[in-house]
Amino acid sequence: MTTATTMTATAAPTPVDLTPDTRHGRAYWAVVDCWNVVRRTLLNYRRQPLAILWVLGFPIVSVLLYGFVFGSAMRVPGGGDYREFLMPGMFATTMAFGFMNTATTVVTDVGKGVVDRFRSMPMAPSAVTTGRGVADLLVATAELTILAATALAIGWNSDGGLPATLLAFGLLLLLRFSLIWVGVWCGLVLPNAEAAGALYAVIFPLTMVSSVYVAPSLMPAWLAPVAAWNPISSTVTATRELFGNPGAGGGSWVEQNAVLMAFVWPLAITAVFLPLAVRRFQALSR
Amino acid sequence: MDTPAVLAEGLRKRYGGRTRKGGAFALAGFDLAVSPGTVHGLLGPNGAGKTTAVRVLATLLKSDGGRAEVAGLDVARDPRGVRARIGLAGQYAAVDEGLTGRQNLDLFGRLFHLGARRARDRATELLDRFDLAEAADKGAGTYSGGMRRRLDLAASMILAPDVLFLDEPTTGLDPRGRGEVWDAVRTLVEGGTTVLLTTQYLDEADRLASRITVMDRGRAIADDTPDGLKNRVGGDRIEVVVTERADLAAAREIVARVGDGEPTVDAPERRLHAPVTDRVDALTEVARSLRDERIVVEDIGLRRPSLDDVFLTLTGHRTDEENR
Ligand SMILES: Nc1ncnc2c1ncn2[C@@H]1O[C@H](COP(=O)(O)OP(=O)(O)O)[C@@H](O)[C@H]1O
Ligand SMILES: [Mg+2]
Repeated sequence: MTTATTMTATAAPTPVDLTPDTRHGRAYWAVVDCWNVVRRTLLNYRRQPLAILWVLGFPIVSVLLYGFVFGSAMRVPGGGDYREFLMPGMFATTMAFGFMNTATTVVTDVGKGVVDRFRSMPMAPSAVTTGRGVADLLVATAELTILAATALAIGWNSDGGLPATLLAFGLLLLLRFSLIWVGVWCGLVLPNAEAAGALYAVIFPLTMVSSVYVAPSLMPAWLAPVAAWNPISSTVTATRELFGNPGAGGGSWVEQNAVLMAFVWPLAITAVFLPLAVRRFQALSR
Repeated sequence: MDTPAVLAEGLRKRYGGRTRKGGAFALAGFDLAVSPGTVHGLLGPNGAGKTTAVRVLATLLKSDGGRAEVAGLDVARDPRGVRARIGLAGQYAAVDEGLTGRQNLDLFGRLFHLGARRARDRATELLDRFDLAEAADKGAGTYSGGMRRRLDLAASMILAPDVLFLDEPTTGLDPRGRGEVWDAVRTLVEGGTTVLLTTQYLDEADRLASRITVMDRGRAIADDTPDGLKNRVGGDRIEVVVTERADLAAAREIVARVGDGEPTVDAPERRLHAPVTDRVDALTEVARSLRDERIVVEDIGLRRPSLDDVFLTLTGHRTDEENR
């Protein structure tokens, strides 16, 4: 066996049998194809592990800037440490910004013809999008892990117990999951990566006008409800509550029911944007 | 005649579907028949509809009318069957620049359902065949344009498809990269693959294709062998630009003596040209005679007919008027 392998390696390459494997049904291949599209993203990160820092750069700089520079001037309703207040906000911001990554990858793949190549192959068409979604969730999990480790190092803590803590991270990933479809849809609608980069102009104010940095109760009366009803705020407030971090409360109904809303918002976003993204994907052939 | 490997009959396509009224047809009754085992060139200027035609044939785009068959299968009725028999290399090299050449091919092999081991073996085989073995484990982002293209071609060849679509495979490459891609295409054809290749260069279609379809505004306006096409345009020609307009008549006589037909004179430009067959002999002879008669020339040279010339002959208008 070993000698045979060595011999073929030195001789001219033996032609490979190219009959595709047709032993399994469509569902099997939909899963395998999805996994191979995921592998593509993971291999990219394995070759360039530092790429993940591009995503984490913003929250880490924010923690340093707001947590240490402005931190002493920031107020937390009901008292409490500002850095502990800020961390759940940073987790959610990272999830929210992640959709830019989805959009950029999709728009680049479409522009470079990678999506066309996939679509011209006998693979499951669904794998192009499901693979993107699973890959993004795995990357988001890695981001959260690194960020949580950083947070622990600077004194953040979860006092909520294991189930509540896991639920909080689950809600963060649920937010990211819903935004994948917004990202895919944007990636299919926008003309190029530069345009996708301009999405910062949308997502950045959206994270500012939320409970990420400042509790809505401390904002001007006209702005407070906007910030409170921001889907990002619901996830932030819910995770603060679950982690037992300060500043979770708030007077309005949406703040009182943050955990519920941290489910409702992402599911609503998914309900709208998943079909939109699928329709847009199918429209590639029109 | 054999069943064509690629067949298009009256294909129509208007982008934006029914919603956009009055938009021009990107395909306006496009016909094509490609014989199995040949390289067929689809030649046309920017905006002629080449990419649209390829995308319809490769099942990426639904046509609004007409019929298309690839490898004997109807493109609209059996897209999955067609996809199992074709390869596509689009207008841009669709490789993942974050992965190595080997990882790219391995990934596509798995997505073609070869399984991990055969995908890996096929990757090695193709890297050898496309002369990429040395760079196999370097990131594709570090590849030259020609190497990237060859990797892209290799990816489109994973299942040794019956029909391969190459959309402008050399656009944007330097002459060296272009030569590398031409060699790679020739290698493919030795394996019996039918190739439909789009290009804006008559020269490229001439070198690679045994038959050329010329496309203009979504229609096939000519279908011929490269020689047939060049004969219609007039083949190679010699061109002389004299410095003094007074010398034009004398120069015309010399060119008429050497050339294969009546020279055409463009007096305001002080330019004249005539078809030739013995290219270098004709050039030498004209140059010597001009010097003997002390006619000062600004420029002298051989010109091959370009896509522009083909267009001028076939349609009576230039290619660059197309998109205005
Ligand atoms: N996605 C698109 N949406 C609208 N019009 C398009 C699209 N793609 C191409 N066209 C138009 O269709 C025509 C044919 O384009 P194309 O097939 O790309 O030509 P070629 O490949 O020969 O340059 C052009 O007029 C072009 O502007
Ligand atoms: Mg084109």
